[in-house]
Amino acid sequence: MVLFYFILSAFLFSVGLAIVITRKNAIFVLIGIELMLNAANLNFVAMSKSITLDGQFFALFVIVVAAAETAVGLAMVLKVFNYFKTVELDKINELKG
Amino acid sequence: MIDVLIYFFSALAAISALYILFTSNILYAAFALVITFLAIAILYILANADFVAATQIMIYVGGIVVVIIFGVMLTNKLVNSAPKSGSHNKFIAFIISGVLFTLLTFAILDMNLGALGVERGNIQSLGYGLMTNYLLPFEMAAILLLLALIGATVIVSQKNVKK
Repeated sequence: MVLFYFILSAFLFSVGLAIVITRKNAIFVLIGIELMLNAANLNFVAMSKSITLDGQFFALFVIVVAAAETAVGLAMVLKVFNYFKTVELDKINELKG
Repeated sequence: MIDVLIYFFSALAAISALYILFTSNILYAAFALVITFLAIAILYILANADFVAATQIMIYVGGIVVVIIFGVMLTNKLVNSAPKSGSHNKFIAFIISGVLFTLLTFAILDMNLGALGVERGNIQSLGYGLMTNYLLPFEMAAILLLLALIGATVIVSQKNVKK
C-alpha cells in the first residue's frame, strides 16, 4: 500500500508540474504549486513509520509554509493586477513601466 | 476493505487533479481543488495520520482555497462572462511531466520497501514531539506565519504608483 501512495504522489506531482508549465493565469500557477506540495506531503505521511512520527511533523510544517506562501503569493498577484490590469503571465513582460 | 477505499479515493484525487489540468474555468478548478484536498485528507486518515488529515481540511480546504477564490474574484471581471484562462506550451509540458512521472515510477518500483509499514500515531505523541524535539521549528513556524501575515498586508495596502 505504501508503494501505491508513492505512485499516486508521483502522479499528482507530475500533474501539478504540467499545470505550472501550461497555464497563463498566475492563480492557476499557484493552484499547481499547491498540488505539488500536497504530493510531497503524501510521501511524508506514507513514510512516517517510526514511533517518533517524523514524517507527520514534516507534513505539518510543510502545510504551515504552504499557507504562508499562498498568502504572500496572492498578495503579489493582487499587486501585479493593480499595476498591469491583468494576471496573464505572458503579458507581464516589463520590469519597470 | 481499506484497500478498496484507498483505490477509490486515490482515483478521485487523480481525476480531480486531471480536471484542474484540463479545465479553462478558474472557479471550477478551485472547486476541483477542494475535492482533491478532501480525497487526500481521507488518504491521510487511511494511513493512520488523523491529526494531519484534520489540519489538511482546516488549512487547505478552509483557508487556502478560500483565499484562492478571493484572488479569482478580485482579479477577474465576473459580470457577464465566466473566468476563463488559456494555456500554452502544451507539448513541452506533456513531454516534461510524462518523462518525470515515468522516471519516478521506475524509481519507486525499484525501491526496497521491505520493512515499511504505517503505524498508529496518536495526537499525544505529536504534542510531545512538538514541545520537545520539534520546539525550534514550531516557534519558527509561528514567526514565519506572523511575517507572512504582516508582509501580505503591507504588500497589498501600499498605494500604487499609476503608470
